[in-house]
Amino acid sequence: MPSFVIQEKCDGCKGGDKTACMYICPNDLMVLDPNAMKAYNQEPDQCWECFSCVKICPTQAIEVRGYADFVPLGSSIMPMMGTEDVMWTCKFRNGLIKRFKFPIRTTPEGAANAYESLKGKDLDSQLLSTEEADGRALPTPKATV
Amino acid sequence: MALPNKPLGELKAVRDPEVVEKEVDILIVGGGMAACGTAFEINKWIQPGQTVLLCDKAAMERSGAVAQGLSAINTFIGENSPDDYVRMVRNDLMGLVREDLIFDLGCHVDDSVYLFEEWGLPIWKKSAEGKNLDGKKGQAMGTLKSGAQPVRTGKWQIMINGESYKRVVAEAAKKALGADNIIERCFIVELLLDANKPNTIAGAVGFSVRENKVYIIKCKTMMVACGGAVNIYQPRSVGEGKGRAWYPVWNAGSTYTMCMKVGAELSMMENRFTPARFKDGYGPVGAWFLLFKAKTLNGLGENFAASDAAKQELQNYAPYGTAAITPTCLRNHLMLFEMKAGRGPIIMDTVTALANLGKTMDKKELKHLESEAWEDFLDMTCGQANLWCAQDCEPEKKNSEVMPTEPYLLGSHSGCCGLWTSGPDLDWVPDAYKIKADNGKVYNRMTTVNGLFTSGDGVGCSGHKFSSGSHAEGRIAAKQMVRYAKDHADFKPTLKQSKQELVDLVYKPVRTFLDHCNYTTAIDINPNYIKPNGMMYRLMKATHEYGAGTATYYMTSSKSLEIVMDLLKTMREDCAKMAAGDLHELMRAWEIEHRIWTVEAHLRHIQFRKETRYPGFYYQADYPGQDDANWFCFVNSKFDPEKKEWNVMKKDYIKIIPD
Repeated sequence: MPSFVIQEKCDGCKGGDKTACMYICPNDLMVLDPNAMKAYNQEPDQCWECFSCVKICPTQAIEVRGYADFVPLGSSIMPMMGTEDVMWTCKFRNGLIKRFKFPIRTTPEGAANAYESLKGKDLDSQLLSTEEADGRALPTPKATV
Repeated sequence: MALPNKPLGELKAVRDPEVVEKEVDILIVGGGMAACGTAFEINKWIQPGQTVLLCDKAAMERSGAVAQGLSAINTFIGENSPDDYVRMVRNDLMGLVREDLIFDLGCHVDDSVYLFEEWGLPIWKKSAEGKNLDGKKGQAMGTLKSGAQPVRTGKWQIMINGESYKRVVAEAAKKALGADNIIERCFIVELLLDANKPNTIAGAVGFSVRENKVYIIKCKTMMVACGGAVNIYQPRSVGEGKGRAWYPVWNAGSTYTMCMKVGAELSMMENRFTPARFKDGYGPVGAWFLLFKAKTLNGLGENFAASDAAKQELQNYAPYGTAAITPTCLRNHLMLFEMKAGRGPIIMDTVTALANLGKTMDKKELKHLESEAWEDFLDMTCGQANLWCAQDCEPEKKNSEVMPTEPYLLGSHSGCCGLWTSGPDLDWVPDAYKIKADNGKVYNRMTTVNGLFTSGDGVGCSGHKFSSGSHAEGRIAAKQMVRYAKDHADFKPTLKQSKQELVDLVYKPVRTFLDHCNYTTAIDINPNYIKPNGMMYRLMKATHEYGAGTATYYMTSSKSLEIVMDLLKTMREDCAKMAAGDLHELMRAWEIEHRIWTVEAHLRHIQFRKETRYPGFYYQADYPGQDDANWFCFVNSKFDPEKKEWNVMKKDYIKIIPD
């Protein structure tokens, strides 16, 4: 299901130093045409349909259309990202529409505790830093052959 | 349409790139779950004065196998024991696994899951009444670490709302490591051995896919965790749909190839994974089997897996085939058995499953159940959800076809190929599983090359780690690399190659392109070079036809293997004539080089193992069935970087955990 960019909606991220879709695509597919100031998918048959570009696009300019070799025309699925949830709109070929809302994270963005000040003590043990801090003991097999 | 003689991509490659030289103590190659675990853990142990750098081919926020998200964490030990975890993995992988690595992983994996939840990953919980609560509502029950009950779909899996799983994990990793110690869009393509100390890692070379820049990085120790290998066999979809790989399409076997090329020993490379998934969309089936209790039917509408014929067939593969849980490869084997007999296609009976569940549920609960079925796709395989929409498929009204995919190579999911690594230095671990470094010490997850570590898909003989286990394994390696670097504080890495030699190596496809592109009027058709795209099709055709691809129902033979080895040799020679006009194409050129080497290792192992250990994943027609008397052992291989020779050998399997 290759992603495509809607000409009218793409503003090339206003020529900033980071084009959102180009920044995020895990397979280096999204690329900015600097003359047109529009992004495009440079290798649609290597698109994993991960929706990373769709979800990050600040102008909702990117959508996907099903792979030509097995997906009938006429359907679409679109995510709307919030800070806590994602709302999906799934449109069937026959016009039926289903909407689903799922949680995506329970903490504010940027709030993940990286335990930056935690320092491990015993470099020779097999315990990981947080296990050591919790005072965990390393299990051993209950029985061996 | 590109004009003649102009590269297709927007970022043109130039003949002479800028060169950036760096030296650090610890280098992390990769940015997926394993590398994020390493990045998080390393700053807890790093010694004063030590330096670290991470290079990711993509952007960590959405790189690796979890880029799209996941709907479940498949390894959470919880109320189970690491001992039972070993037993489960051992049976699924037909008896041959490294029990030390698996037990060790089982001791640490839950700690990573606790961290994910703390960082903000929503994890489903059981309410006091035993009802399922999603990750948001479930917060009221407390955390897993404080004793709250997860929603299990099987013995080892727990359900999550995992759309942003990788973003959450990467956020903590990036914070812990610091932005200054991360280079994104840097594709490491070759590892470099030390000029003075034998069999010792000294650095790596790669390039930016955004700027004309080559990176030469020296280090004392390194972890390579770049996932498994995808798009190595002709996929069932050959048009636009070949991007819809089951595993991440950007996994190019870089982990295996880069490590084997410096002489690191591989193990169980004959193992592969051909998951049975919803046809074409490759959406997950696990929740349908486990959560919704759906059955698969053959074309005649029979529940073939429960038939007497199936039970009889499984007897042939006792004790694995007769175990309570049928191994993944044998489940495929039964499916292929039906398809080959003309009783296909295989259908997932979603209609009956949902109707049965509906009998004990009210409307609201049923609605919730439907939403869970869709989330299973939308969290991790969005395209499958669209395929159902396009086919007007509502699972309560219309069944869907299931099909085994093209082969994939990996070490973290239900497969176990990878590098031979050291187990932990503990009393109960056999000596043969401990790799001694040059100083006589044992470093957990170190390969047979001094200072070179791996984790996740890179570690062989220990499948069923999945996302959580890969993260935990990355953390294990982190601590060991700090220890290694500390013990080798005086080691001064020295490269064999000059700066110019390395630039010439990395940018060779660019020079080939620039030297010859004006000879013809069509950019891709030129007798002086081959484009990476053409080489990819050549590899896929060869493996498809001779290497036990879908063309032959995963069957190969000694003669076929002989032929494909010949084809691979020519491919490796022709790789020297690959041409890349832009930076994206240069990335593709190196990826196909990595894929070809990885496939060669895979097929060499299949050629060496004169039995069929994994029926359903592949069949060696000249040696059908399992031969425990001769082949109840690992197969390892080593490529000698000096002599350029392969050596494939048997390695003893040692049973640690009793049945």
